[in-house]
Amino acid sequence: MSPKPLDYESLNENVKKVAYAVRGELYLRASELQKEGKKIIFTNVGNPHALGQKPLTFPRQVVALCQAPFLLDDPNVGLLFPADAIARAKHYLSLTSGGLGAYSDSRGLTGIRKEIADFIERRDGYPSDPELVFLTDGASKGVMQILNTIIRNEKDGILVPVPQYPLYSATISLYGGCLVPYYLEEEANWSLDFYNIRQSVAAARSKGITVRAMVIINPGNPTGQCLSEANIRELLKFCFQENLVLLADEVYQQNVYQDERPFISARKILFDMGPPISKEVQLVSFHTVSKGYWGECGQRGGYFEMTNLPPQTVDEIYKVASVSLSPNVPGQIFLGLMVNPPKPGDISYARFVAESKAVLESLRRRAHIMTDGFNSCRNVVCNFTEGAMYSFPQICLPPKAIEAAKKAGKAPDVFYCLKLLEATGISTVPGSGFGQKEGVFHLRTTILPAEEEMPAIMASFKKFNDEFMEQYEDYRGYSRM
Amino acid sequence: MGSTQSPPVTFASINPKVLKCEYAVRGEIVSHAQRLQQELQTKPDLHPFDEILYCNIGNPQSLGQQPVTFFREVLALCDHPSILDKSETHALFSSDAIARARQILDLIPGRATGAYSHSQGIKGLRDAIAAGITARDGFPANADDIFLTDGASPAVHMMMQLLIRSEKDGILCPIPQYPLYSASIALHGGSLVPYYLDEAAGWGLEIFQVKKQLEDARSKGIAVRAIVVINPGNPTGQVLAEENQREIVEFCEKEGLVLLADEVYQENIYVENKKFNSFKKIARSMGYGEKDLSLVSCQSVSKGYYGECGKRGGYMEVTGFSADVREQIYKVASVNLCSNISGQILASLVMNPPKVGDESYESFAAEKNGILSSLARRAKALEDAFNGLVGVTCNKAEGAMYLFPRLHLPQKAIEAAKAVNAAPDAFYARRLLDATGIVVVPGSGFGQVPGTWHFRCTILPQEDKIPAIIARLKAFHESFMGEFCD
Repeated sequence: MSPKPLDYESLNENVKKVAYAVRGELYLRASELQKEGKKIIFTNVGNPHALGQKPLTFPRQVVALCQAPFLLDDPNVGLLFPADAIARAKHYLSLTSGGLGAYSDSRGLTGIRKEIADFIERRDGYPSDPELVFLTDGASKGVMQILNTIIRNEKDGILVPVPQYPLYSATISLYGGCLVPYYLEEEANWSLDFYNIRQSVAAARSKGITVRAMVIINPGNPTGQCLSEANIRELLKFCFQENLVLLADEVYQQNVYQDERPFISARKILFDMGPPISKEVQLVSFHTVSKGYWGECGQRGGYFEMTNLPPQTVDEIYKVASVSLSPNVPGQIFLGLMVNPPKPGDISYARFVAESKAVLESLRRRAHIMTDGFNSCRNVVCNFTEGAMYSFPQICLPPKAIEAAKKAGKAPDVFYCLKLLEATGISTVPGSGFGQKEGVFHLRTTILPAEEEMPAIMASFKKFNDEFMEQYEDYRGYSRM
Repeated sequence: MGSTQSPPVTFASINPKVLKCEYAVRGEIVSHAQRLQQELQTKPDLHPFDEILYCNIGNPQSLGQQPVTFFREVLALCDHPSILDKSETHALFSSDAIARARQILDLIPGRATGAYSHSQGIKGLRDAIAAGITARDGFPANADDIFLTDGASPAVHMMMQLLIRSEKDGILCPIPQYPLYSASIALHGGSLVPYYLDEAAGWGLEIFQVKKQLEDARSKGIAVRAIVVINPGNPTGQVLAEENQREIVEFCEKEGLVLLADEVYQENIYVENKKFNSFKKIARSMGYGEKDLSLVSCQSVSKGYYGECGKRGGYMEVTGFSADVREQIYKVASVNLCSNISGQILASLVMNPPKVGDESYESFAAEKNGILSSLARRAKALEDAFNGLVGVTCNKAEGAMYLFPRLHLPQKAIEAAKAVNAAPDAFYARRLLDATGIVVVPGSGFGQVPGTWHFRCTILPQEDKIPAIIARLKAFHESFMGEFCD
C-alpha cells in the first residue's frame, strides 16, 4: 500500500514546526502522573477556575437566564435570581436575533460591540468605533486571524518579545512566517531595550526579512512587567519610524499588582501623541474574559479592536471571520458583562465588587508570596510579578545539572521541571517554552493556586530546589558522595 | 509616515490567500440585504416589502425555531451550578435536567465550567459522545478519537492545515459544495479538485466521475490527499444510498485518500426511503478497520432539530491515523487551548438526549418531532413551489436544510446580467431581494456545472410564513420571466 496522505512524513511541515509548551511535554507527563494517582498542582496555564477561583455570581446568573429564557416568564424566577440579573438577561436577549442559539453577525452582536466601544472610550478618554471591534472565540483566535492576514510567506517577520507567550511563536510557525525576537532585559525588570530591538530588526532585514509587525504583551506573559507610559510612547514612535503594525496583547489589563505603573492602553497613548503618529500607526488591541478577575477561560470570549487599518483590509478580515460564521454567543455576553458590570445602586453591585476585590487583592498577595518564596531559594532569582498571572523565576543551574540533563536527552530547564514535578507534583512550564537568553534558564508557574495552599507549595518547592542544588552543586571540585 | 513606504497592512500587502478566500453565504448579497433592512427601519415605505427574510443561512433559531427545553435547562444549571443545591430550583427546572446537570458537572474537574479543559474536550463528555456514536452505529467509538471544537468548521480548518502543504496538494470536493471547503482550501493554499454531483440523478455521486477528476488532477501534478463528502448534502440535500457510500469507502481505501465526512445534517432526513448511515458504520460493516481507512467524521450542534448555531459546539471523530499524526492534531488543538465548555456540554447532550422513561422524554420527543416534521413539510412545500414555476426545476430536499433550484434563464436575462457585470444567478438573486426582501445565495457561491444557474434557499422560515413567501416568490418570478422572455 502506498503511503497514506496523513502519514507523519507527508504532513504540512508548518504544523510539525509548531511548538506550544504550555500543553507540551511537562503537562502530558503531569497528566500521566495524575492518572497514576499522584496529586498534581497544575501551574502550567493561566486557568484560575481550575485552581479553585470561583466564578463571579452576577454573570453566571445572567447567562443562565439567557440559556433558558423560558425561566424569565416563570413566576418563581425571582426566588433564584435577583431582579437586576433578570433585567440584564432580557437586555442581552434583546440584542440577539433569536437568542443564544442563533449565529450572530460574524463580527459579534452589534449591541455588545457597542458596549465594548463605550468601555474603551470610558477607559481611554477617546471614542471607539464599534464597527472596528470584532469578537472572537477567545483572544487567541483573534491573534491567529490577524497574524494570518499579515503573514504572506517566510520572508514576513513579526517582532516578538522573548520571553513570550508561545501562542505567537506557534502561530507564526503555523502560518509560515518568521519570528524576529527582541529580548526583554531581566536585570532591568524585564524592560524593553530599544537598542536591542533595533539590532534585531536590522539583523532580520539584512537577511531579507520584511519586518511587518511588533507584538507587545502588556502586562507581560510570562514576565509580568507593566509597561510605563514612556515605554509605550517609545514603542509607538518606533513602530511609526519602522513602519510596523503594533499588536497589543492587553488581556491582563485588569491584573496589576503594583501602583507605580497602572495599566494604560496602547491606544490611549497613541491618541495622546497626536498626529502624525495617531493617524498613521496601525494598531490591533486584544482583550478577553479569560483573565482579569473574571478568569472565565472556558467561555472562549475575546475581542480585538483595529485602529488606523484601511477599510479594505477590515473588509478582508471580516470576510475571513465570516467563514467561521460567528463567535459563540454566551462568550459574547460574558464580554458585554465584563465591560459593563453592575453599577453602584444595582442590587448585585455590592456582592460583585466584593467578589472582584477579593480576587484581585488575593492575587496581589499571592504575587508577593510567590516572588518572595522564589527569592528565598538557593540559586533562584525572581523579578516581582507586577501584573498578569505568572511568576518566571530564573533558576541558575549548576554545570553538573546541565550535564545530567544532556545525558538524559533533555533541555536543562525541562530536566529541572520534570524533577520538580516528580518530587512535588508541581507542574510548571520550562522557560525554553517561552524563549530565553542562551544559557539562562527559567520556569513559568502561575500565581493561581489557592492562597491558603501557597505557603505549603512554596515550602515544597524550596525543599526540592535546595536539595537539587546541593546534589548538583560542586564548588569544591569533586562531587559529594 | 516615518518612511516613504505604505503602511504595513494595506489591501495590497495582506496575505494573498486571504484575498483568494470567498464565502458567499455571508457575501455581497447579504451586505445588501442588511443595508435594505436598515432602510426599512428609517423609511418603511421605501420598499415593496416590510421585512427582510434571511433564507441565505442555516440559522434556524434566528427565524423563530425554539431551542430544545431540556438541553437549555441543563446548560443553564451548568452555567450557574450554585443553584443546584437550592430547594427553589426544583420549582423551575425538571428533575431529570437537574440530575443530568449534576452528572455532567461531576465529569468536570472541580465542577469548573469556566476553566480551560483538556484540549480535546472534557474526557467524561467525550466518553458520553463515544457511547452515543456506538449506540447510533453499532460499532465501538473511542473517546480518544474525539476532538471537541467550536462548531464543526474549526475541525475542517484543522484538517486542511494538516493536509495541505502547498498548492500542489488537492482536496476533492463535491460541486455544488458548502463554501467552507473552498474557502478553507484557499486559506491554506491548496487546490480544490471538483467532482460534479449529478443533478439529473437527484444530485447523485458517481464514483466514475470522481475517479476521472482524481486522475485528471494527478496528471496535472496535483497530489490528491482527501475527499470531502457532505451527507446529507449541502446545498443539494441528497442522502447518499448505502451502495454509494460503500463505493466511496472502497475508493478511498484503494486510492489512499483521507475521507472527510461532513455529517452535520445527520438528524435532518425528510424521506421515508432513506436513512442516515455514518461513514464509520459503513466502513466497519465492510470490514474496513483502522489500518484500512483514514476517516474524519464531523458533527455539530448547529443543525438537526436542535439548531444551536450560536453555541459553537461540534466535534470530529478521527480514526485510522498513526499515533504521531494524532499527536500533531492534538498539538494544533492545544494552541487554542480548548473549545467553549458550554458547547462541549451541548454536544454531549445532542449525542445522548432524553430516553424513553425519562421525566422529560415526552416533552422532548414532542419538541423534536414537531421541529422535524415541520421541516419536512416546509421542504416539500418549497420544493413543489419551485417546481411549479416556469423555467425552474428543483430536486427534492431529502435532508439538510436547503433547496437548490435550477434557473433555466432566458438569454435576455443572461445578457442583462452580463451588462451589469454580474453572474446571472447573482443578478436574479439581487432582483429577488429588491422585489421581495427574500435573501438567497446565488449558486455560484457553491459551484455548479458551468453554464447552469441555481440559488440556495433555506427551508427555515416559520411554517406560517411559507405561503406568503411562496406567493411573493411566484409573483416575482413571473414578473422577471415576463421582463426577460425571449
